[in-house]
Amino acid sequence: MTTPPKPPFADPAPHQRRPRLAVHKFSSCDGCQLALLNAGEGLLAVAAHFDIVHFAEAGVVDEAAEADIALVEGSISTPDERERIRAVREHSRWVIPIGACATAGGPQAHRNLAHAESWLASAYPQPEHVTALPTATAISAHVPVELELPGCPVSTAQVLTALTSLLAGASPRPEQDKVCLECKRRGQVCVLVAKGAPCLGPVTVTGCGALCPGLGRDCYGCYGPAENPEVATLARRFRDLGLDADAVARRFAYQNIGAAPFTQAVRDWRRPAVGHGDGDD
Amino acid sequence: MTEAHCLPRARLQALFDRLGERGFRCIGPQVRDGAIVYDDLSDASALPVGIGTHQAPGRYRLEHYAHARCFAWSNGPQALKPLLFAPEEPLWQVTRGADGRVTFASIERPAQRRAVIGVRACDLAALTLHDAHFLGAAADPGYAARRAELFIVAVDCSHPADTCFCASTGDGPAVTGGADLTLTELDAGFLVRGLTDAGRSLMDALPLLPASSDDLRLAKAEIEHAATSQRRQLPGRNLRDVLFANLDHPRWDDVAERCLACGNCVAVCPTCFCYTEREDAALDGSHSTHLRLWDTCYSAEHSYLHGRLLRANTRTRYRQWLTHKLGGWHDQYGRSGCVGCGRCIAWCPTGIDITAEAAALCKPPAAETDT
Amino acid sequence: MQAARRGDGHVSAAAEPRQAEVIERVHETRDLFTLRLRLTEPAARAAYRFAPGQFNMLYLPGIGGVPISIASDPDDPTTLDHTIRAVGRVTRVLAGLGHGDRLGLRGPYGRGWPLAAAEGHDLVVLTGGLGCAPVVAAIDYAVARRERFGRLAILQGVKHAADLLWRPRYDAWAALPDTEVRLAADEPDRHWPDHVGLVTDLLGEVRFDPGATFALLCGPEPMMLAGARRLIALGVPDTHIWLSLERGFQCGVGHCGHCQLGPWFVCRDGPVFRFADIRWLLGTPGF
Repeated sequence: MTTPPKPPFADPAPHQRRPRLAVHKFSSCDGCQLALLNAGEGLLAVAAHFDIVHFAEAGVVDEAAEADIALVEGSISTPDERERIRAVREHSRWVIPIGACATAGGPQAHRNLAHAESWLASAYPQPEHVTALPTATAISAHVPVELELPGCPVSTAQVLTALTSLLAGASPRPEQDKVCLECKRRGQVCVLVAKGAPCLGPVTVTGCGALCPGLGRDCYGCYGPAENPEVATLARRFRDLGLDADAVARRFAYQNIGAAPFTQAVRDWRRPAVGHGDGDD
Repeated sequence: MTEAHCLPRARLQALFDRLGERGFRCIGPQVRDGAIVYDDLSDASALPVGIGTHQAPGRYRLEHYAHARCFAWSNGPQALKPLLFAPEEPLWQVTRGADGRVTFASIERPAQRRAVIGVRACDLAALTLHDAHFLGAAADPGYAARRAELFIVAVDCSHPADTCFCASTGDGPAVTGGADLTLTELDAGFLVRGLTDAGRSLMDALPLLPASSDDLRLAKAEIEHAATSQRRQLPGRNLRDVLFANLDHPRWDDVAERCLACGNCVAVCPTCFCYTEREDAALDGSHSTHLRLWDTCYSAEHSYLHGRLLRANTRTRYRQWLTHKLGGWHDQYGRSGCVGCGRCIAWCPTGIDITAEAAALCKPPAAETDT
Repeated sequence: MQAARRGDGHVSAAAEPRQAEVIERVHETRDLFTLRLRLTEPAARAAYRFAPGQFNMLYLPGIGGVPISIASDPDDPTTLDHTIRAVGRVTRVLAGLGHGDRLGLRGPYGRGWPLAAAEGHDLVVLTGGLGCAPVVAAIDYAVARRERFGRLAILQGVKHAADLLWRPRYDAWAALPDTEVRLAADEPDRHWPDHVGLVTDLLGEVRFDPGATFALLCGPEPMMLAGARRLIALGVPDTHIWLSLERGFQCGVGHCGHCQLGPWFVCRDGPVFRFADIRWLLGTPGF
């Protein structure tokens, strides 16, 4: 844990203009932008305190605009995106990747563990027309970032909390608790212990409000690994619950397969596929 | 303690009704999501009738029986703790005016009479410890307000789980104090005893019959069996010195290989009390609520100091939990912080057993590796 | 003499802060500043007392709180100095405050230095870095009652010469009778007037009667451990060596559990401890 970067509005001199907020899109489903649009009153409050200079899903388009805060959705999956993110970095004082794609590569990062070329060839008759990098990676793999807000989609409450802190001149406080702690604060019954469900709560950072266990479902790690994630220990526990090795690997192979601790678990447990190389499932 | 009287099973609803008439909101055990949890309950038929539990390290399952008993189970994941030490609670509210002035407002805590039915001896022992922690020199207003309005109907534990070891900590299975009223469940009904004036007053309003000597004998035998059937135990009542003398024991590395550092043991422990403070602020900073939330000594924030973590890894975090639970508590509150409820064993996702870890840590390292 | 007490810490856990205003912000060094605060309500200000070594929780609405020791004269508790390093998310916002700004203040918390017990003894004050802040109130206290104490040795170490704050105070203390002030820097500049190296090196160079000395230590724990061992080697009993510790204080009253050091709640049982009590655990990684 290091000292957080200096927030953009910390200078004692009052800034006359309203802070500028941009929302950029890279390889993604737009779900994080939609989550922001669905923030309701929270979005109105944001609009009242920020100049929204770029937010395509909201109809404001000026990708080259200078911004104090750039929320970035999506992974870097194409050569063009690799260049665009550098431009965003240059135009923005704070860069905040939002969502699993931007913080870990998203589901696109499955190809990082596969033969991307053979995948392309199996999906497209003329793969040479597809311009894609062999990997899909997090924003932080390409440019320095000030804060990451994970999740699939991102939690708008976390976005608003971060913006609140930044407006007050303070570095946002990153969420670090594991889903288990949030789950118990809500009085929910542990689905791993009471049902034998292969829940990822013990290694996943919260922010979701322990949503899935609250509905009786096992967490599938959509917020990505928490700090000090004992992934290997949990994977062994899943095996003891009766999952075969591939099933153990698949538990870690959702939106955050590109996050290093989950990538490692997938590599450790996935049986080499027969056929084209190290392919998926 | 008053002489025991018998409440026929068919008249159990009278207990809820008399409490309700006295202004108490009744909270009792019930089945939800595959476990026995405590929540609002005013109808005796909603109790876990015919339900038992099978508990093992990392495993909890309900079992269904043909009998009519409604307390023939051992504890679920929570009981009193969240009712008094709230998982999330505002501590104060603050507004900042346009002139920069800050104004603080304390949190209003309206009186709320609550009666909890079915509390076990281990949780009463934990309650005594939380009272010492939260009602000491710097009494916590939220805890104090809730505690003052709490009426407790305890139940002797007749069906301890495989994970229970209250007999070894001296905290159960029989209720010896700390409640207003205590019940002992028999097939035909309940032996009822008042432990406080409020409890005795309620008892006077219940449709009680004299207890027979057979009832008393059966109750005694069940409690004795509940104690002697427990197979787990801690290696001693005071492990403070041996644990702190073994901070480099290889068993800490061993348990760190099995521990997820998820904090479930803390969350279900009826005596763990750590919390963290947070802000819930309006976007423009005009007002904010200062909150506290349950924390655990397995979280990063718990050992954060000046940009680093005093306990960055699972080994030191588990060691912090265990040396505090079985060690530091003796200095802080005059006894171990473990009441033998076994929740940390059952609800640990990987089934780490505090009694096994303590036993291993109390043996010299060489002997430990032989086992 | 109220200020001689170590503090009782009987401030309610969840009591809301009181409003304080910044009277003055003093720039100290490149990353250190002092906020001179005053409680705005006259009644609260009049009732406020603190013992040297105690701390306050400073609170910024919507942002959070941070524990800061009180570095001003305990004989004037209407004005409370807090010397702060701008390093964390709260302290960096505090660094931006100026005259007239308002914030919250809770406290004082903890148990301070054993000044009543130390009367009649020599005093050795050994500090490193910002560790000088929690003892400056104790020095002020002793200087105001100079006749009650024997010799006074004040030893302060810094990493870089530029980190030294309160140079005028050290000069003023050095001019007092039976008082020695020695400064050490690991990395001196051209004008550094005193010792180059560890501050603990200086313990052998100042005069005090080891058998009749109280030592007050504050700074990084390795430095305090080295200092305490050196003092013991010189003949100071470990019961007369006192250390001020820091942990992650949040509540201030031993409830939230973040500050535990083995069996102690550092915020409530400390932050000032007798070395004899804690030496078996202090310095153990993970505690």
